[in-house]
Amino acid sequence: MMNLKEWIFTTDHKRVGVLYLIGSMLAFAVAGIMALLMRAELSTIGPTITANPTQYNVWLYTHGAVMILGFQIPALTGFFANYCIPLMIGAKDVAFPRVNALSVWLFYVGVILAVLTFFIPDPPDVMWTGYPPYSTITTGNTAMYSFTVLILGFASIIGGVNFLTTVAYMRAPGIKLNKLNIFVWCTLAAFVLQLIFVPVLGTAVTLISMDKYLGTNFFDPTKGGDVLTYQNLFWFYSHPAVYVIFLPFIGVVYEIIAAHARNMVFNYKMVVYGGVGGIVLLAGEVWVHHLYVSGMADWLRIGQMVTTLMISIPVGLMMIGLIGTLYKGSIAFNTPMLYALGVVFLFLIGGLTGIPLAVPSLTIGVSDTYYVVGHFHYVMAVAGTFAIFGGVYHWFPKMTGRMYNEFWGKLGFWITFVGVNIVFWIMMDIGVEGMPRRYYDYAHFPQFEGAHQWMTVGAAILAVGFAIAVLNWILGAINGEPAGDNPWGSPSLEWTTVSPPPHGNWPSPPSVAEDWHPYGFKKG
Amino acid sequence: MHDKIRRGAAGLAALLLAAPAWAAGAKSEPKVVDPARDWDHLWREVIVDITIIGVLFAIVTAWFIWQARRRPGNEVGASPRLSPASAVGWVVIPIFVFLSIDLYTAANGWVLWNTFRDVPANRLEIKLEAGMYSWDYTYPNGVRTQNQLVVPAGTPVVLRMTSRDTLHSHYIPDFRVKEDSMPGRITYLWFNPTKPGEHVVTCAEYCGVMHGYMAGRIIVKAPEEYAAWMKGEETSLAAASIPAVEPATATKPAKLAAKKT
Repeated sequence: MMNLKEWIFTTDHKRVGVLYLIGSMLAFAVAGIMALLMRAELSTIGPTITANPTQYNVWLYTHGAVMILGFQIPALTGFFANYCIPLMIGAKDVAFPRVNALSVWLFYVGVILAVLTFFIPDPPDVMWTGYPPYSTITTGNTAMYSFTVLILGFASIIGGVNFLTTVAYMRAPGIKLNKLNIFVWCTLAAFVLQLIFVPVLGTAVTLISMDKYLGTNFFDPTKGGDVLTYQNLFWFYSHPAVYVIFLPFIGVVYEIIAAHARNMVFNYKMVVYGGVGGIVLLAGEVWVHHLYVSGMADWLRIGQMVTTLMISIPVGLMMIGLIGTLYKGSIAFNTPMLYALGVVFLFLIGGLTGIPLAVPSLTIGVSDTYYVVGHFHYVMAVAGTFAIFGGVYHWFPKMTGRMYNEFWGKLGFWITFVGVNIVFWIMMDIGVEGMPRRYYDYAHFPQFEGAHQWMTVGAAILAVGFAIAVLNWILGAINGEPAGDNPWGSPSLEWTTVSPPPHGNWPSPPSVAEDWHPYGFKKG
Repeated sequence: MHDKIRRGAAGLAALLLAAPAWAAGAKSEPKVVDPARDWDHLWREVIVDITIIGVLFAIVTAWFIWQARRRPGNEVGASPRLSPASAVGWVVIPIFVFLSIDLYTAANGWVLWNTFRDVPANRLEIKLEAGMYSWDYTYPNGVRTQNQLVVPAGTPVVLRMTSRDTLHSHYIPDFRVKEDSMPGRITYLWFNPTKPGEHVVTCAEYCGVMHGYMAGRIIVKAPEEYAAWMKGEETSLAAASIPAVEPATATKPAKLAAKKT
């Protein structure tokens, strides 16, 4: 079990998945510490823990880039996809196990590159967006940013090819497309988006490094380039990236809610075709809402206001599916379920506060303020992280064969839930009042100092909650109670094998009955 | 293009907006166009709407959760099986509900957008060059100021903006408006300072190490005071440009530095 060589050279999708989980949790810890350092710095006006604004900007860069590229996307499309998809479709492994191993080690290279930020003389300070002209004139190391993005993007692309092939060709007999778990649908859609859009991001970050180091002028208007082109390229990927995070995390939430409410997913086809399909269709037509105050053509801003507002349709259908799955269920308030219900409420706040941000004329007032930061933390960052934590708790008995501690699990959830609402509600509030984002110091907004101090307190609280959860996993994995093969009583295929599943997943190939459905919970 | 957008918006608004909003626009007395006031109005309306939706949604969800808690006699879920018709209905009806909310919001947002983009004819045109880390304003008569823009109350002000280095965004929280400036393009924003007073200007687009310190002020003066101030500026400008044979560059930075306070 603890043979290091076996883990390094493993091609078993479950071990690759666990490697993804460990790597992304380390990334989460690093990026989380950056957030705490920023909150400490902002707790007073003027220098607090560092007198160097560049130091703060490096924390800010690391927090954003590592949380998104090193934690959320790898945890969702790396860990959950790897661990769950083959088990859910009754496959022995993924289609290309060695490619899978390559992708996880590329991911580690990317994370190590990102962490090296702290050990090089001129770390990148270009924010996770890397907008030129600043990224091409800064003394910070923009190449580091470009290479981190390229490597993590490449890891993600080969993962996408792998999983699309796996689900297309390796489903056990009897698992038709309308019997796939919602999580599998969501993750496939996320990989489709990755395959279409990651190359655009790769182009964008390559071009800024070429501008900076090779003397090209893609983004320099004095030599025929154009500044806005980068922002278009960047957000042409990075808005779909929000759905690359959203889709798998809402898929995880579906799995948790169906299993712990022991209920059929409400209107399965509505969720798959309307929800997941609708998001894939709209994902590439809304990026300009990140550029509402960037100087884009007016007709584009107006046009994408309509498409952005229309995102409410597929997302609304997915919310109806979730609430409908709760309706007349049999809900047990286990720790994973608390996290999943937490996501429902956090996402409700985050989604609704996004509506004004779809409207350019309202965004013109609150763009680039803490309102936006609060909104996207609710809708994507915190909701996604809660889904990841809930998902790890949900499949924890499957991965380890042991049970986590229910008391500490619930306590960790409630502490985190209180913490995030303190931080991000206040953040939205002072954002509307005018507090701009990415400020090392807010000397000309002294009225916000109290609010900043409350947010610092909230950040400390939520950090305690997350730390309790991670400790709970570590202790549970070492000496938790034996959990049995199917503690939640779920008919979904991953629970039909032993815990933890052996190499090859099932002692003998699984088959499913005619009336089997991953959410067909039966009495008794 | 603007006219087209305006006509489209008016059409949508006529279809979707309630009659009072329409009537208010048709009042005959001369109306002061104030985007900031309209922004506050629409913002409040949208916030009230999403609060109502959110609270209703949360209450229904909480009620479902409580009703469906696991207890003796409720060991397994019993969600109703949907007939094909009701399954389709659960897609089509929500789509219409969401789409109507979307289009209503879009129509309102579009009307406000036109307010923010159509600059009144009686405007004061100011050129703005942003740079790391200052706002440099130039008045039509050549007067220049830095980090401090003095404008007369009651006159709409439009800024034609560009940047000499990185991205910047001229954000005036009190007037609810910002727009990025960048090298190679000219962008604009306008606001209507109705009352004398002082307003913070701050940079809203990450522009470099000192981004958080890139601040300025807009000072709105009563028209007479503004005229007096401008006269003084013109005089000192003329005085500064008399020794044009001398190296003029030497006087300019000194003047800008003096303005900073």
